[in-house]
Amino acid sequence: MAASSLAPLLVLADGRFPAGGHAHSGGAEAAVAAGRIRDVPSLEAFCRGRLHTAGLTSAGLAAAAAAGLDPLLLDEAADARTPSAALRAAARRLGRQMTRAARAAWPSAALDSLAAARPRGAHQPVVLGVAARAAGLRPTDAAYAVAYESVSGPVTAVVRLLGLDPFEATGVLARLAPDVDAVALAAADAAVRALVEGVEALPAASGPLSDVMAEGHAGWPVRLFAS
Amino acid sequence: MDGVTAPPRDAVTVPARGAATGPAPASPPTPAALTAAARIVAAPDGRGGTALPVLAGEGPFALRRTGRRGGPEASVTLVGAMSAPLGGDRLTLTVRVEPGAALRFTTTAATLALPGRTGARATYDTRITVGEGARLHWLPEPLISAHGSDLWTTTRVELAPTARLVLREEQVLGRAGERPGRLRSRLTVCRAGRPLYDQELSYGPGAPGWDGGAVLGGHRAVGQLLVVDPRLADEPEESRPVGPTAALMPLAGPAVVLTAVAPDALELRRVLRPEEIGVTRAKGAVEGAAADATHVVILTD
Repeated sequence: MAASSLAPLLVLADGRFPAGGHAHSGGAEAAVAAGRIRDVPSLEAFCRGRLHTAGLTSAGLAAAAAAGLDPLLLDEAADARTPSAALRAAARRLGRQMTRAARAAWPSAALDSLAAARPRGAHQPVVLGVAARAAGLRPTDAAYAVAYESVSGPVTAVVRLLGLDPFEATGVLARLAPDVDAVALAAADAAVRALVEGVEALPAASGPLSDVMAEGHAGWPVRLFAS
Repeated sequence: MDGVTAPPRDAVTVPARGAATGPAPASPPTPAALTAAARIVAAPDGRGGTALPVLAGEGPFALRRTGRRGGPEASVTLVGAMSAPLGGDRLTLTVRVEPGAALRFTTTAATLALPGRTGARATYDTRITVGEGARLHWLPEPLISAHGSDLWTTTRVELAPTARLVLREEQVLGRAGERPGRLRSRLTVCRAGRPLYDQELSYGPGAPGWDGGAVLGGHRAVGQLLVVDPRLADEPEESRPVGPTAALMPLAGPAVVLTAVAPDALELRRVLRPEEIGVTRAKGAVEGAAADATHVVILTD
């Protein structure tokens, strides 16, 4: 593969990229309410589990989309990997928002046709992968963006929800860096296998408590975050 | 224990205990790793019932035809014949439910994953196909991951568009008061060749964050009850919580899953009730064991 520019990755992974991610806590709001996140160690354990389950699965989908697998097949694979209807709806809302932002940033026929085929939004990691490809990034880069986002979202949310010290919260992200490396590389490896073996080669790691809690959280009358 | 599948007394050979599938207090002397396969084929018998033209097992797979004859459904019970899977074992179970047939699969005891002599991983792979108009109830007892064990299990189900499935999967992490072994378990269900449900669960040493608030939150039993039924397209289930750590979730297709985590196997079974799901409450779906006076409940511990 030709040497690629990394600067678009900074744009794509920037928390200020206007894709709506700030409105989601990655399950942290429900976990705080249930007392499962109460301090820095329990936040770190939550994030490590999320990274190696939903994070790995999403990173695999994004890497596969960036590698050029059919995004509609990946969107179907994402549905099968997301038992929670609330999380499927959230992933599609985020996907629609990311499609808008990405089409403005990196206009491409692939993003146009995905938007046409899924007007209500494709799963966000699939859109991110297609956007990464349009931006000239590699599958590994897309996997990094998604893996990191799977933990940066909850950490940022918990700073607001618990009033946690932002310096300590950033320490959690720094300590998770080796795990983010491992997950991104595993996701990119799986994407390469999926090119030959099909989407079943992609990770399907899941966190049952996250799915269960997301369903409850979606029914809260008042909440700070959408998921 | 509502919802427990009950094999009939007369057909069940109670497995040899101690080293067998019950939660034995101590690990038995470890035999060499084994490779074993079993096959079940269920097919219409031409008289409105289901025949079992193939019912073949070896090693730890002792399969018995159980339940009343002559009904539309055939019942097969896996009797724990020896301790498995141990580290290094490679087990495969292949099941085909032919168009129009109905099969119910149960086990007499929990499956206990134990360490082997070499520390090698054990594998247990189940491959299931269910044809047009066919019906499968797959209701094994739990899988228990004992300390020091390492098991990787895969279950792959291919459903025809009009096939129906009720599948329960339960995992218990460690025997009472014990730390769990390493367990990795993938369940993939395809319908009409398209992915419908694909979930991998990974626990214990080497599965980072498995006990944190995103995965198990300190619970030691986890399970899912999956129902696939074309009737769900017309009578969809609404998402709803089923207690504090369980939820009923409609999938993107005519299917619904009840996912639960619980402190132990007993609490888990209380939550994973087919009666929670409308189409399995309907006539002809969960009848059988509970309605048949000749059936008894075999407790595994």
